Amino acid sequence: MRNPLSNIVTDIKPSGIRKFFDIVSEMKDAISLGVGEPDFDTPWHIREEGIYSLERGRTFYTSNAGLKDLKIEICNYLERRFNISYNYMDEVLVTVGGSEAIDLAMRAMIDPGDEVLIPQPSYVSYLPCVQLTYGKPVPIELKAENEFKLTPKQLLEHITDKTKVLILPFPNNPTGAILEKEILEKIAAICIEKDIYVVSDEIYAELSYNGRHTSIASIPGMKDRTIVINGFSKSYAMTGWRLGYACGPSVIIGQMIKIHQFAIMCAPTTSQYAAVEALKNGDSDVEQMRTAYNQRRRYLVNAFKEMGLECFEPYGAFYIFPSIKKFGLTSEEFATKLLQEEKVAVVPGTAFGDCGEGFLRISYAYSLENLKIAIARLEAFIKRLEENQQ
Amino acid sequence: MIEINEIKKTILGIIEKNSRIDMKELAILLGISEIEVANAIGDMEKENIICGYHTMINWENTTEEKVTAMIEVMVTPQRGIGFDKIAERIYNFSEVQSVYLMSGGFDFMVILEEKTMKSVSQFISDKLSPIEEIRGTATHFVLKKYKAHGIILNEEKTDERMLVTP
Repeated sequence: MRNPLSNIVTDIKPSGIRKFFDIVSEMKDAISLGVGEPDFDTPWHIREEGIYSLERGRTFYTSNAGLKDLKIEICNYLERRFNISYNYMDEVLVTVGGSEAIDLAMRAMIDPGDEVLIPQPSYVSYLPCVQLTYGKPVPIELKAENEFKLTPKQLLEHITDKTKVLILPFPNNPTGAILEKEILEKIAAICIEKDIYVVSDEIYAELSYNGRHTSIASIPGMKDRTIVINGFSKSYAMTGWRLGYACGPSVIIGQMIKIHQFAIMCAPTTSQYAAVEALKNGDSDVEQMRTAYNQRRRYLVNAFKEMGLECFEPYGAFYIFPSIKKFGLTSEEFATKLLQEEKVAVVPGTAFGDCGEGFLRISYAYSLENLKIAIARLEAFIKRLEENQQ
Repeated sequence: MIEINEIKKTILGIIEKNSRIDMKELAILLGISEIEVANAIGDMEKENIICGYHTMINWENTTEEKVTAMIEVMVTPQRGIGFDKIAERIYNFSEVQSVYLMSGGFDFMVILEEKTMKSVSQFISDKLSPIEEIRGTATHFVLKKYKAHGIILNEEKTDERMLVTP
């Protein structure tokens, strides 16, 4: 029989998270700090709107790009929060989660051989999405000493004649790093000069703890070369609803809609109705959740400082990315041992790119009570490691 | 009435849910010093914004007998004696849990917690009704408490998320 599979697919490495997930799920009563989704339930008024839409029998398709009302609300929201204005008619596409938007953006923009710059450590799907288009992913290894920010210098060093797109994953999963306006302005200048497009994954934009998030699209000259990706999963605790969106120049969004219409048809209708309510009346929910995350973030930063775990202060998302280099274990060894000995699950930094080696991703999408238990166990584990080292 | 700043608001938000939290931890969660926390709390205690650090108890889960009654009270305020004076006469009874002045069809909502229905009715006939200004009462007994003080009682929450996700 012929090989049933395409080479491009078999060449893609399976997600490092998947591997660790299999180990963790074997473990009974493990405490997890490994989750990349909010611990909050979707606020009731949003859920209620979804239920109501089902009661009303709104079980039809929507137009490919999404409900008109939702697109209008998305535009209002982006204007209100981040000062970027889009035309709902042809610059917005509602997708099945931010992940679909990432996939579509790559497919719409990348030809075989085009280079896509991917700062790492970062979300697991950028690289495979580029590979699927026969493009060439070019990782940029971000450094702990720069607090995992993308520096203009690093960006310049990786640009070639073939560079077409820069993926900008900030606030960042897994490091919690953000990019401030001043750096974004320099990055924008480089992108304009070198004629590079930007896919800015701003799914964690609302979870910024040091002032409001700046979108690179709001910097003069950038709107025409940026696809902004955002969604409802993180800010409104709506992961399971699978709803995100992409905004950008109509030439690109138009082609993304074309792929979306053939592959997906439209994003889930119930979710779209719920999302309209989220955008109209959900600002205070977002604020409340952000306040809670921020408190946990401060708690963890302080706890790590006290136990001598080296870590920069993250100002975004709900992750903290401590270094475990001093223990002489790889990230995977550390995470596996921690799981076996203390039943605490964290994700090895290497799941997010090779340069995540020596780091762990710890999620604080857990209640303070849970965090305290897990941190006590982590501390005991570290103490033992240190004693054994001496 | 006193305007409170963001920090005080956040402190109230936290201790309203967990009054046992210590100053040190509050300071960490807010990213300010312990002294600032202590001062803010001290102020609010003095200003009667923080009125106590009580415990939320779900008596229904014990074998203790408890009856909660909500009594609508209609009054005729006398010249020179406003609602406040009448309220005082009601809330001074130690049996009374809460007294609210209401808009709408009646004047006060009086909440009572007693061991038996009989003692509730005794309180109403012996103590409440004889008050001159009170024109009438309507008593409602609570059959089941689902949610009180923002807490859903008897809610079992399990984390059903997958243990590790990207």
